[in-house]
Amino acid sequence: MTTTSGGAGGVAAPPDQELPPAVDDEVLEHERRRWTPARIAVWAAIALLGGLGWVMVALIRGETVNAIWFVFAAVATYLIAYRFYSTYIERKLLRPDDRRATPAEHSENGQDYLPTDRRVLYGHHFAAIAGAGPLVGPVLAAQMGYLPGTIWIIVGVVLAGAVQDYLVLFFSMRRGGRSLGQMARDELGVVGGAAAVIATLAIMIILIAVLALVVVQALGESPWGVFSVAMTIPIALFMGFYLRYLRPGKVGEVSVIGVALLLLAIIAGGWISESGLAEAFTLSRTTLAWCVVIYGVVAAVLPVWMLLAPRDYLSTFMKIGTIVLLAVAVVVVRPDIATPAFSEFATRSDGPVVPGPLFPFLFVTIACGALSGFHALISSGTTPKLIEKERQTRFIGYGGMLMESFVAIMALVAAISIDRGIYFAMNAPTALTGGTVETAAVWVNSLGLAGVDITPQELAGTAAMVGEQSIVSRTGGAPTLALGLSQILSQFLGGAALASFWYHFAIMFEALFILTAVDAGTRVARFMLQDAVGTFVPRFRDTSWRTGAWIGTIVMVGGWGGILIMGVTDPLGGINTLFPLFGIANQLLAAIALAVCLAIIARRGTVQYLWIVLVPLVTVAVITVTASLYKIFSPVPGVGYWAQHFAYRDAIAAGRTSMGAARNPAQMEAVVRNTFIQGTLSIIFLVLTLIVLTAATVAAVRSVRSGGSPGKEDEPVPSRRYGPSGLIPTPAEKELEKQWLASAGAPSRGGGH
Amino acid sequence: MVAALGQGYRAVRWWFRGVLGADAYDRYLAHHARAGHDEPPMSERAFWRARTDHQERHPQGRCC
Repeated sequence: MTTTSGGAGGVAAPPDQELPPAVDDEVLEHERRRWTPARIAVWAAIALLGGLGWVMVALIRGETVNAIWFVFAAVATYLIAYRFYSTYIERKLLRPDDRRATPAEHSENGQDYLPTDRRVLYGHHFAAIAGAGPLVGPVLAAQMGYLPGTIWIIVGVVLAGAVQDYLVLFFSMRRGGRSLGQMARDELGVVGGAAAVIATLAIMIILIAVLALVVVQALGESPWGVFSVAMTIPIALFMGFYLRYLRPGKVGEVSVIGVALLLLAIIAGGWISESGLAEAFTLSRTTLAWCVVIYGVVAAVLPVWMLLAPRDYLSTFMKIGTIVLLAVAVVVVRPDIATPAFSEFATRSDGPVVPGPLFPFLFVTIACGALSGFHALISSGTTPKLIEKERQTRFIGYGGMLMESFVAIMALVAAISIDRGIYFAMNAPTALTGGTVETAAVWVNSLGLAGVDITPQELAGTAAMVGEQSIVSRTGGAPTLALGLSQILSQFLGGAALASFWYHFAIMFEALFILTAVDAGTRVARFMLQDAVGTFVPRFRDTSWRTGAWIGTIVMVGGWGGILIMGVTDPLGGINTLFPLFGIANQLLAAIALAVCLAIIARRGTVQYLWIVLVPLVTVAVITVTASLYKIFSPVPGVGYWAQHFAYRDAIAAGRTSMGAARNPAQMEAVVRNTFIQGTLSIIFLVLTLIVLTAATVAAVRSVRSGGSPGKEDEPVPSRRYGPSGLIPTPAEKELEKQWLASAGAPSRGGGH
Repeated sequence: MVAALGQGYRAVRWWFRGVLGADAYDRYLAHHARAGHDEPPMSERAFWRARTDHQERHPQGRCC
């Protein structure tokens, strides 16, 4: 009676089973340290290839650099970091013990606590952490040139992002799958814990708002995009009804049907854009923003089975599929990149895409892909309840984040493979480009960028090629990435005839990822809010109470919807003013997560190996605090929110009716109002984070001073199942797995019986 | 060759179903059998309803 099937992990023990649930630590350690000649040769080759990649990317200054070197540099670095640094963290700091049962084993309930095969969980975890973030940030950061972004994505993930994900996943697993907020309360006390929860809520609001803004910017005035993305809603509803009433549980089948319909919707979008219906689907960005807000409310109150669950299947399917497609295409096409390693804007702070100096703004613009605080919510949410063996946290947590970093590198490659003149025409706000191809070409050429000479015809021709009315000032990163992808993919599949299809394919999957994050995020945030308010008004804790649910939803959607509308109507251009806030918010969440990890680790009472968490924590704290201070105190109006605020207020007081990008009194008022909100948010984020950091430092120092304090881990429960720890089992692991399989029967892999 | 292809297809299918969550009912049945409950397991339809009801109360985040 012990057949495991489908995604079930490893092998569970029958009642009279006596096999050990773990390979001895010494045996594993011995295997790891046994350097056979073949192994030495493999790792030497990886190191050489990676070194060569870095030299080609970072040091050789030719006319162009081939994209394949980015792939070599990144993949070799990931492999080396995974093999050496993550095992170091495992051995010295976390010391997983496979003799202990994980929450998935000891609290297994057939629903959310369920031991899951490590390879399946890797894909599952990756689909949960990766989305539009790693696709967008690197595109915007490309204004500085490719090298700063490349280094931060790769080095950042190795020392910070993957470490955070791994630590949070491990600690949450040892605490029965507790959430980050609960761990903060346990470790940082009442004040620190409350600050962490409020900061998390505020950060989620800004994250959702900016993601939604990216979608709106991509779909504005684009009948093709609007039609195909709008069609995802009826497709998801159809899938929902299919799964509920026609053929319950046939998830794979309905997902294939859904993806086919999705592709049809993209093709049909092309017909629409050339037909008389184009007018009906050409929506202004403000109208679209309201549509997204209404969608957010409806999605949050509709039953999950109707919209959220099927959309999630669609999104997961597309996520894995497109990322494989992207990687294959980049490796096959190997585009030559003409963008310089450092652009003219690397040493200035007036970049048109995202303002501010390289340090710290490059490091907040690229959040996802290098270090993303949002992941801490996943690593302390779904995943720790599914993990089968303690040792597998390294593969899932550290390894999963490496994959997201790889996606970010791919996005960077796609963005820098397009012409630089087109890049700036697309990514600068209308306030600078003037909105038409003629004014945009004049403006781009006036920047004095090396090798850039763009004509209005080229801009119009590019727009026509991808089936858009215009590509000027399509800010937000998604359209730029879509253009890069369409160029790469059309060289790989279909040629120029399919360029517009691939463009809208890319827009579609980015919109799909973002809308999934928007509706799931709204729901999660609503529950967090209800839980927080429930501390004072217990009734709110009951999440099935309709009134409470409505109030929570309206508050959350009102929060991000307000910021979204503000961004869309911002005379200064919403992305360049709001994106830094998005990055800062995400990194602040990382700082909070790492601070909680610091407090947990310090409980051991020794400072040894504390640097593993201090390196990313101090880095991210310095980055975000500096960036926040710039945003609050910088006297340069383009960089500092308050400088901008007072400049416009003074101008209004002096009786001026237009200034800079604001052309009438109403727009002047809008700038004053927007900068006030953005500036206030900056201050709130900074204060909350400083409270959390202080609380964590106090807790850590107290623990170390007193020689350690008891941790809040669950009592160990002996494990009665086994599964290897990494992707490829070691000989000893393979041997033990074989014994387990022999005693318990092989897991069926048929599925769907 | 054909056998290897078939095996590869089955492995990819198994993996993808797991990542999507399409195998949830099979896993529930396996769990039910392992746990040795007295009542019979839920029907497939009832299970998926219970599952979405559960998701209703326990939303999962999706990252950016």
